[in-house]
Amino acid sequence: MSNEHPGTDVSTAAEGNRLPERFADPGLPEHKARLTDTDPRAAKRAELQIVLLFGISIVGTILAIVAYAVIRPGETVESIRTSTLVLGVGLAMAMGGIGLAAVHWAKTLMNDHEKVEYRHPQASNAAERAAALQVLKDGADDSGIGRRGVLKGAVISALVLAPLGFVVPLIGGVGGDWNVSKFRHTLWTKGKRLTHDPSGKPIKASDITIGSAVHVIPEGLKDSEDWIEEKAKAVVLVIRLDPRDLTEATDRKDWSYQGIVAYSKICTHVGCPVALYEQQTHHLLCPCHQSTFDIADGAKVVFGPAKRPLPQLPITVDAEGYLVAQSDFLEPIGPSYWERLK
Amino acid sequence: MSQQTAPAPRAVAATADYLDQRTGVGKAVKEFARKIFPDHWSFLIGEIALYSFVILILTGIFLTLFFVPSMDQVTYTGPLAAMDGVEMSKAFESTLHLSFEVTGGLLMRQIHHWAALIFMASIVTHMMRVFFTGAFRKPREINWVVGFTLMILGLAAGFSGYSLPDDVLSGNGLRITDGVVKSIPIIGSYMSYFLFGGEFPGTQIIPRLFTVHILLVPALILALIGAHLFLVVLHKHTQFPGSGRTDRNVVGYPLFPVYVAKAGGFFFVVFGVLALMGALLTINPVWNYGPYDPSPVSAGSQPDWYMLFLDGALRLMPGFAEFTVAGFTVSLNVLIPAMIVPGLLFSGLALFPFIEAYATGDKREHHVLDRPRNAPVRTASGVSILTAFVVLILASSNDIIAPHFAMSINDLTWAFRVLLFVLPAITFWATKRIALGLQRKDRELVLHGHEAGRIIRFAHGEYVEVHQPLDDHEQWLRVQHRPERPIQLLPAEDSNGVVRKGYRKDALRSRVSSFFFEDRIEPVTPAELAQSHEHEEHPAIGAGHDEAKGLVDAGPTPGGGALGGGPNAPHDD
Repeated sequence: MSNEHPGTDVSTAAEGNRLPERFADPGLPEHKARLTDTDPRAAKRAELQIVLLFGISIVGTILAIVAYAVIRPGETVESIRTSTLVLGVGLAMAMGGIGLAAVHWAKTLMNDHEKVEYRHPQASNAAERAAALQVLKDGADDSGIGRRGVLKGAVISALVLAPLGFVVPLIGGVGGDWNVSKFRHTLWTKGKRLTHDPSGKPIKASDITIGSAVHVIPEGLKDSEDWIEEKAKAVVLVIRLDPRDLTEATDRKDWSYQGIVAYSKICTHVGCPVALYEQQTHHLLCPCHQSTFDIADGAKVVFGPAKRPLPQLPITVDAEGYLVAQSDFLEPIGPSYWERLK
Repeated sequence: MSQQTAPAPRAVAATADYLDQRTGVGKAVKEFARKIFPDHWSFLIGEIALYSFVILILTGIFLTLFFVPSMDQVTYTGPLAAMDGVEMSKAFESTLHLSFEVTGGLLMRQIHHWAALIFMASIVTHMMRVFFTGAFRKPREINWVVGFTLMILGLAAGFSGYSLPDDVLSGNGLRITDGVVKSIPIIGSYMSYFLFGGEFPGTQIIPRLFTVHILLVPALILALIGAHLFLVVLHKHTQFPGSGRTDRNVVGYPLFPVYVAKAGGFFFVVFGVLALMGALLTINPVWNYGPYDPSPVSAGSQPDWYMLFLDGALRLMPGFAEFTVAGFTVSLNVLIPAMIVPGLLFSGLALFPFIEAYATGDKREHHVLDRPRNAPVRTASGVSILTAFVVLILASSNDIIAPHFAMSINDLTWAFRVLLFVLPAITFWATKRIALGLQRKDRELVLHGHEAGRIIRFAHGEYVEVHQPLDDHEQWLRVQHRPERPIQLLPAEDSNGVVRKGYRKDALRSRVSSFFFEDRIEPVTPAELAQSHEHEEHPAIGAGHDEAKGLVDAGPTPGGGALGGGPNAPHDD
């Protein structure tokens, strides 16, 4: 304990007398004997307990194997549960028994006198460092790299460039066709019918009652080759409001039909399906991050992490009274991305 | 004990001889078999992480034999009535198959999933142990960074595995990932294509995550665990303070047999507990969720616990932060919670050892751990980061908490928005005060001893309570640490009025150092104890007097290391 902090506020009292700055380490405390060290009967008892725990492990293994052979998973959730339960309990006994036995053994019967080992500084000593430097210097001298600048440049350039031959094909290939403009288009086109999700049955405007919400996909979605990708963009929620409750922007007056509005179901935050509609407030809530959109007012954001309203799908009815799209969405659906407005 | 041990059987001796002649293994056995490790329950937490990983690999091998990482669509014809005729990917179908038709398959899936949760939980808890005891100090800074990287890899392993069954819950998780990736400026759309091989969800993501999950990430984890343990052996384990334990020794029990039994046995205990959890506790019942379809989603859906903080951050960020610049969209409402907030939390955690070393200017090796109370600002910083983490976790459960307590989800979200900033500040302050209070208590104990509960009346009528002095070991625990003091700033100008080079850098460092060590309680010195004992002879005068001296007021003391005055003298004790 060297004394490198002389005279602090707290130790001014020490000035003048010869007390050390710090207390001295009293050294390792005396070993405390366990019951099993002093009482042979306790030791015998501990040994029995350990044997018993190993025995539990063996029983567990047998249980697991018997369970495997006897209890086959059946047809239902219940039968698979029984199989899982018995097999798992057997495995737990087999493993846990060994573990508890070993730990109990170590704690009760193994020598518990603490031992001391000395540490050495991590750093090499000065001579070793000098020798290491010399070795490196010798190697560098042997290679002659210090004297040949062009060679050095060539080595570095080649090593830096070489990975490109590997990385470029790797990155180039994983992105498919890299045609990110697909984000802009969905399956909706002029005259395409709105159909129920997932049955695909077309929807008559007269079938939708005020206050109800219908999950909608475009007609013929399943015929599309990439129907999951298309569905991920094209899903729409159709809601009928009392037309008196509806506030519509002037340029969108003809996007709805008798109070029926259609909005993209993909949240403009990070893309969850916005699915919880509250009839009383006309609010649509995203269950993932609680962005809340007001369907009565252009699906504007009233709360939560989304910034933009849900894109609206302009709809009308065809000659037979079925709901149809007037066109595709007029803006990209879903979460924002850098070139979204370009 | 050796006299009790019979000589090794011939077969063992012959094998040992065979191996030694070819590998010289005897030298390694001599070096490592009786290596000393200190004992403390908290040292087991890292072992839980290691063993969970082994169990993840074992159960994972089982699962790969039955799982089909394919997004080809099939129609279900298996035994589960609820899914009859449903269209699903082969990944989902094979998950149902291995759960319902392979004996032990569901058990292995459940053990695997529980082990993943425990793996992350034990990594985080182990990091807390290392952090709060200052085990990351020199020479272990590199190992802290290795461990930190392991935690990030653990997140990657968990995330990639969670998505594999291709159920509707994890599919929506992937969709959120897609939304987050798209928000990255300039390259977001291309990053999304990079991940999904085209538009979301495509047919590539499950096979790709499979490769990441069973090859890339486990290989990296395995390599880094190797490095992590190698460094533990190289440095020898840290030990808690106590009599006889110094920075130059390691006190404990030998690897063979004590830790072979204790640590080896603990592997089986962890396996047993995980097997029991797999047997009794249903986890991720994907047959209830159904296969991925871009349309449905359910309320009250949360990711696995280690991803909750990200989800919570996404929920808290208000939408106004999205804006356009020259026609390009910048989604700060997504970037801040998904990248910047976790980036700050994680950077703070990864860099803390270096920040603290900058504040102490300490170049010594540390092998004796700190008691958390003896490093108030470090402990408070750790609690503060954890508080932010917990607030984000709670925020990600706002749709469960709100209906449970009949609260408005909007009010709750606002409360969490405020708490995310206020609560870490409060817990920082409170933790620091508690740590300082505990140090005062230590001083009090050393100076005056335990309260014996015995009141004595002197002949002249005075009452005093008898205090029982601490024994040497109790006392040493409370006085062994070396107080850190703020680095002292040398004047800006030398005696000739010439402006000193590097003064501003030193001033910054001095400020950081003051933040860490300005408020402190120093351990009792022998002189103080002697003085206190003098007072004890006149107990009526001395009561409550000494402790006030413990708090050293703000400002550098002459004792601290000095800046600008050359390298600090090497500490040596």
